[in-house]
Amino acid sequence: MPTHQRIDVSKVGDVTVVRFNDRKILDEAKIIEFGAELFSVVELDNRKSILLNFDGVEFLSSAALGKLITLDRKVKSHKGRLKMSNIRREIYDVFLVTKLNKVFDIHDGEAEAISAF
Amino acid sequence: MAHDPSVRVANPSPDDIGPWRLAVHLPSERGASRIVTESLLEQLGIHGWETADVFSIHLAAEEAIVNAIVHGNKLDPQKQVYVECLVSPELVRLEITDEGTGFDPAQVPDCTSDERLEVPSGRGVMLMRTFMTRIEYNEKGNRVLMEKRKG
Repeated sequence: MPTHQRIDVSKVGDVTVVRFNDRKILDEAKIIEFGAELFSVVELDNRKSILLNFDGVEFLSSAALGKLITLDRKVKSHKGRLKMSNIRREIYDVFLVTKLNKVFDIHDGEAEAISAF
Repeated sequence: MAHDPSVRVANPSPDDIGPWRLAVHLPSERGASRIVTESLLEQLGIHGWETADVFSIHLAAEEAIVNAIVHGNKLDPQKQVYVECLVSPELVRLEITDEGTGFDPAQVPDCTSDERLEVPSGRGVMLMRTFMTRIEYNEKGNRVLMEKRKG
């Protein structure tokens, strides 16, 4: 498995759980790395069931949202499934106003999200 | 907090301190927004702003400055972004000016429409409008004024 700087990747059963090493996902250089590392989970490691656990993430910008949308497309094109969990209220509000809550499969907690795969 | 005079001197309440102002020229390079946002976040805390409002103001500032650097000045090292901030306990005002040709915010497509919902970019202006109390562009479209009022 490749070494990641921006994300932490683990397995829970058949589900690949991704956590984030940064509390704030906004610095553009980091977002580029963040995107590349997320995409590698799908394209290089060929993971099909991926959960993004946002526990500890306090902020993300629209540039980071763009990476999540691209990731979602890549997962779908690989016939995989992407879910998200542990999104704090302020960030969930961003998903709501942009209507990305309709695009992403969002759950309250990690266990609930994993059982939904 | 107890009304002990010695505590008030050491930790003045937000009402006791005057507004914080910042005026700074930023280089047109990725990551330059941090020069403003680090001080801004510190001052929002000092002036008693709540977590949800701090998130909103941080998001709007980040989106506006990145837009000015990337879309306005097109990362041209010869151009700068001018940022003015005012933070008081009741009002935050941010004015961001770039040296680009400007744009018409009315022409930005609706990022929540079905056909654009999964486009990876184009959400910055919408987020600024949603999370701030007031937002206005100048006629040329190279300067944005944003305000957040408490409550």
